[in-house]
Amino acid sequence: MSGDTGAAGELLVARDIGKRFGGIAALTDVSFSIRRGEIYGLIGPNGAGKTSLFNVLTGIYTKDSGTFVFDGSPLDDLKPNEVAERGIARTFQNIRLFANLSALENVMVGRHVRTKATVVGAIFRGPRTRDEERAIRRRSIELLDYVGVKRRANDLAKHLAYGDQRRLEIARALATEPRLLALDEPAAGMNATETAGLRSLLESIRGDGTTILLIEHDMKLVMSVCDRVLVLDYGRKLAEGPAAEVQKNERVIAAYLGGDVSLNLKGA
Amino acid sequence: MHAFFDTRGRPALVWAGLALVAAALIALPWVLAGIGTAWVRITNLAVLYCFLALGLNIVVGFAGLLDLGYIAFYGVGAYVYALLASPQFGIHLPFWVILPLGALLACIFGMLLGAPTLKLRGDYLAIVTLGFGEIVRIFLNNLSTPFNLTNGPQGITLIDPFRLDGFSFAGTQHVFGQALTSPIKYYYFLVIVLLLVIVVNVRLQNSRIGRAWEAIREDEVAARAMGINTRNMKLLAYAMGASFGGIAGGMFSAMQGFISPESFVLVESIMVLSMVVLGGMGNVFGVVVGALMLSYIPEVLRYTVGPAQMAVFGRTLIDPEVFRMLLFGLALVLMMLFRPAGIVPSALRKRELEQVPADVG
Repeated sequence: MSGDTGAAGELLVARDIGKRFGGIAALTDVSFSIRRGEIYGLIGPNGAGKTSLFNVLTGIYTKDSGTFVFDGSPLDDLKPNEVAERGIARTFQNIRLFANLSALENVMVGRHVRTKATVVGAIFRGPRTRDEERAIRRRSIELLDYVGVKRRANDLAKHLAYGDQRRLEIARALATEPRLLALDEPAAGMNATETAGLRSLLESIRGDGTTILLIEHDMKLVMSVCDRVLVLDYGRKLAEGPAAEVQKNERVIAAYLGGDVSLNLKGA
Repeated sequence: MHAFFDTRGRPALVWAGLALVAAALIALPWVLAGIGTAWVRITNLAVLYCFLALGLNIVVGFAGLLDLGYIAFYGVGAYVYALLASPQFGIHLPFWVILPLGALLACIFGMLLGAPTLKLRGDYLAIVTLGFGEIVRIFLNNLSTPFNLTNGPQGITLIDPFRLDGFSFAGTQHVFGQALTSPIKYYYFLVIVLLLVIVVNVRLQNSRIGRAWEAIREDEVAARAMGINTRNMKLLAYAMGASFGGIAGGMFSAMQGFISPESFVLVESIMVLSMVVLGGMGNVFGVVVGALMLSYIPEVLRYTVGPAQMAVFGRTLIDPEVFRMLLFGLALVLMMLFRPAGIVPSALRKRELEQVPADVG
């Protein structure tokens, strides 16, 4: 795999990412690259640094060392909103929807970064603002339909079922027109049927040309949907490669998966 | 409520409703004047409180930034008007120049006071804004030396009323044999401005900007991750809220003809915040209802508590002034107990979205 910045196939290249919290190293020299159009898995035991990596990537934490190169240009010290503007959208491990806004409004907020209306436009509501507002609404409803929660469009986000909230968060992220969609444990708390539905949703998002970075504990889902996988342990890269190879990797099995789980894996 | 401003669907019904409301608003001051001119003045002040509550609602209700120093912007607007239209400096600019100027200056103050608080939330933000509010009042109180800007605690007197091409809002004219008094003239002006302010608020709420504010209120981290520049949006909320306060202050100056720092004390900030909270935070209609109720209840009590005691006990048992505030406090507690989300809770907004999926699907 080439480490060249902005090489044709690579959407995101991370080099030697480091992050410390006081005396604890959350991430140490993590390097990886995500290719355009793939679903890239990020796995590791609890506390391995997966979410820290997400937060560093999306600008919620500032990293201590290393560089991210996104689509050929560096992504250094950007604020979260600037990262979103550049085309990386994310969801959160512990769902962070706008609880007291309707499902539809949640997605409409996602359109913010791709629309232009100013205060003056909002107050005078000229033809351009009205057209834009109509387009925001139309696109948001399409996205709700796409993830399968259109029937709950007018319900407050907090009243949605758990699985629907996860899907709504994905719709909201998609509304920002990301080139990289970063999902933090989207299957957490889902039953088998819901997870199967999520899997086909991820595949159709990828089919539409959006690259996906996926943190997930559900190994069955990871192994079936991910093209390649990065394994973190204690903030360090343990292995990277195609899912099938990673699950055979001795170090991964020993350090992370353990005997029982590895059996499950081989079955998956 | 948005449907009220939206003539799609059943235009005839909407126009009929609007005509009815308009007729009531036009007739109201004459009815009130029949009871007593004081009630027209009370109504005018109630409308000013609507402006303030709507302005604060942008900061507190939409963006979720608890601001305890809001009355400072009212003060800034009032003093801008007073200084530019009174004998204090011998400047007498027309009101349509000063009102926007007051709004602009209040807006700048809003951003200046907002900027250092951008990283604060909740209790901390409340304490800092409380301090800012007091700083502005103390400045107004003390800027009489070395250079006499505000005339200190004596305040500024003989402030010009609104004048438009020879027509003065002060004094009484006779139209069709009816006495068109000064409060009635201001009433019409205020109601027109209030309707505009309501439309502006509803439009802001249902816009890209309003949604960004609400997103910040709900979850700031998620809002940033969705690409919202929270710093700019918060500053914008402070600026918009403050400019409403500035306009209200200018009108207050002109109506009263006299202002002093006494009018811009902390208790006023708390009163306006109570209007927002009791009315229904984030709901434009609720906030207006809250402002009207909290403005009228003490006044109604003022005129009823004394006579009621006389009627029941034959003598005045409790000083009416004390009893009035006691009942007012009790009313606030009861309102909060029975309508914790406000008189008109924000959930009403759901209705305006109800027909939406049908549009596309």
